[in-house]
Amino acid sequence: MSSQLSNSNSPLHKSEPLKYKESDLKTEEMIINLGPQHPSTHGVLRLEVVTNGEIVVDVVPHMGYLHRCFEKHAESLSFNQTIPYTDRMDYVAAMNNEWAFVMGVERMLGIDEAIPKRIEYIRVLVAELNRIASHFIAIGTYGMDIGAFTPFLWMMRDREHILRMLEWASGARMLYNYIWVGGLFYDLPIGFEERAKEFVNYLKPKLKDSETLLINNKIFIERTANIGVLPADLAINYGINGPMLRGSGLKYDLRKVDGYSVYPEIDFDVPVGTGKMGTVGDCWDRNWVRYQECWESIRIIEQCVEQLLGEHKRTKDFDPRAMVPKKIRPKAQDYYVRAENPKGELGFFFRTDGRADQPLRCKAKSPSLSNLSVIAEISKGCMLADLFAILGSMDLNMGEVDR
Amino acid sequence: MLFEEIKSLVQNELAGAIIDEDQDATPKALIISNQFIHRVCDFLHANEKTYFDSLSCLTGLDNGEEKNSIEVVYNLYSIPYDYHLMLKVELSRQNPEVDSVSDIWKAADWHEREAYDLVGIHFKNHPDLRRILLPNDWEGHPLRKDYVEQEKYHDVIVKWKSENE
Repeated sequence: MSSQLSNSNSPLHKSEPLKYKESDLKTEEMIINLGPQHPSTHGVLRLEVVTNGEIVVDVVPHMGYLHRCFEKHAESLSFNQTIPYTDRMDYVAAMNNEWAFVMGVERMLGIDEAIPKRIEYIRVLVAELNRIASHFIAIGTYGMDIGAFTPFLWMMRDREHILRMLEWASGARMLYNYIWVGGLFYDLPIGFEERAKEFVNYLKPKLKDSETLLINNKIFIERTANIGVLPADLAINYGINGPMLRGSGLKYDLRKVDGYSVYPEIDFDVPVGTGKMGTVGDCWDRNWVRYQECWESIRIIEQCVEQLLGEHKRTKDFDPRAMVPKKIRPKAQDYYVRAENPKGELGFFFRTDGRADQPLRCKAKSPSLSNLSVIAEISKGCMLADLFAILGSMDLNMGEVDR
Repeated sequence: MLFEEIKSLVQNELAGAIIDEDQDATPKALIISNQFIHRVCDFLHANEKTYFDSLSCLTGLDNGEEKNSIEVVYNLYSIPYDYHLMLKVELSRQNPEVDSVSDIWKAADWHEREAYDLVGIHFKNHPDLRRILLPNDWEGHPLRKDYVEQEKYHDVIVKWKSENE
């Protein structure tokens, strides 16, 4: 242990003390401190790792380095002012975050059924584009974590196309504030649908390249197959959703289960892990599910574009802000809303009193927090190098863990 | 399964556990007595007819001095039956204490730590009740309605003052 960690007078010890004391350890065990500044933790996550030689005995995550008081802010801001804060939770999938939040507020107001179909299709389109962008970060950085640098650069290049398209629509590269309660910031710019079609055709061969370059690479498989196996029952008990749960073999996707928005009208599959390279629920399966979801998102985008150019095409009198309420004041109630984010189930719990424009309480249930909570359980007994393979396969976003 | 059926199931098994219900909440909520919450959760989790195998969300909230209560809200979900349920527990504001459900759902572990950190609810029998988001030496629980932030934290000014103050 370094002197700063064991010195109980140091500020670090007071503000984030270690869970383990020296007296808790056996002779052969030691504590290694990882982070908060570490390239493999994808943000500011600090791990207190108890090791026995190369074997991991326990992992204690210390979070909160990126805590920006989302829930406290949400209590003092009106609903539409909170939307930009939701962007900053999972900042690589901001469209999905704000959509989940907006969906909850719309349902509380009772206007969710009246939203025009064109708006819903645009929401699905931008959310699925953002899902691909988020999965590209997940897959690309995962490759980088375990030693493959090229796929990361390739995927960041393709992700940039998506970010530029979304910038075209909303004016911002990553933090959009595009989806509003009752509508949208603007209609899609003219030519966006055609550009989306063009992009999808560009992306397909690139996605195939990524498969041969990374997913089916022998080195990659050897680093990820049979590592960090997460059984489905354990995943459910830990409240894990999204690609991690699907990687464990359970066909569970809120877009199908809840069928919100126009998803019931769209044809897509839910890929699940099958243990193709090793055991069901290993790191390779989780990554493969994300990769397959990119293909499903492409299918969804194609159908959305078809609808947006056909049945729900733009008209001169179409105003995406027509439904936006002047005053957002839901009646007094408790409401829990959830949506399928790239990382898993994003939930918002609201309590409103019907008298104020702000909620009395707004809790964000973030998927990354649930996903991270299982790390101690599935990395016990693995090698120290595999800890990063497991951590990378979780696709964490610390902005969302700490909120 | 309907909300009423779940309610009568719980009533038959654990008499006196349900104080009230909230039909306006989405999903519909049962208000459970403080002493019964662990047994109710255990029953709903283990019973074949309900099988609430996942805890979606656990929220701690402060109702303020007017109502003088602190609440814990549990959002349960049953994956095989596709059924939602909300449970609510009211606690005293002076000594908010409730049994931990982290032995039933591991998901509750970190959510309870968060409720302890931000609202100051003490969860009995929790294996590892430490602060999770805020630093260990932070003073107070920020989501309490009467929270006043500290002046300084390690010589860093915390309290923001506007210029005309």
